[in-house]
Amino acid sequence: MRAWVLLSVIVGSTVMGDLLQSLEMKRHGEIRDFRPSGLGRLMATLARKTGLILAIMFMAASFFAFMTLLQVADLSFAVPASAATLVLETFLARFVLKERVDSRRWLGACLVACGVALLAQ
Amino acid sequence: MHPDARLRWKTRLFTIIVVLSNALGNFALAWGMRHRAPTLSPLDYVAAIFSPYVLLGITLLILWLFSRMALLSWADLSYVLPVTSCGYVASALIGRFFLGEQISPVRWGGTLLIVAGTVLVGRGSHTGDSL
Repeated sequence: MRAWVLLSVIVGSTVMGDLLQSLEMKRHGEIRDFRPSGLGRLMATLARKTGLILAIMFMAASFFAFMTLLQVADLSFAVPASAATLVLETFLARFVLKERVDSRRWLGACLVACGVALLAQ
Repeated sequence: MHPDARLRWKTRLFTIIVVLSNALGNFALAWGMRHRAPTLSPLDYVAAIFSPYVLLGITLLILWLFSRMALLSWADLSYVLPVTSCGYVASALIGRFFLGEQISPVRWGGTLLIVAGTVLVGRGSHTGDSL
């Protein structure tokens, strides 16, 4: 039971973190400069983006829940089960962001949900 | 080097970093957490973070986070998601062979369904999707 509660926290916070991270990084554009000075400037720029700061907070919450999950569940359960985020992300994309979600993506989300259910056996 | 070729090599390099850092980071974290008493208070978490294997796991997962963020800045999520799904199989294999976990055929089936589902979700995503 505790494992499923932790998994729910991981899924919820990962979805929020992924959403905000994807939005901010796409808005920023392709990273081209990997020299230390360029990376320093990049960090300074990213540190001012509220969406990215929020994303990191959500990811931190997800991470601490994941650390705890690893104490109460197998690694072979914890990592694949975290893919349940894709199911929630698909629903969020369709019903909150009003994106077009095609049949392949729905089928994929269903397969992931079935896979997570099988992990529980 | 031609810009397209440069981008292909950069994508391959970051793909390898993303997959390896995720699998090895999760392994180190699991190993470290299993050899500790149950974490109950915030102080337990702080102590856990500074234990060697957990610290190594966190370092590798930070590398994973930044390399994935970098990859997301030029590659579509429809590419990044299926790549990430390799980590599910890698974690199951690591759990089986390095952590001694018993994985039933049903659990293997579940893991493979999740990989197939993740690939399909990726293929069903389009450029410009937010998620």
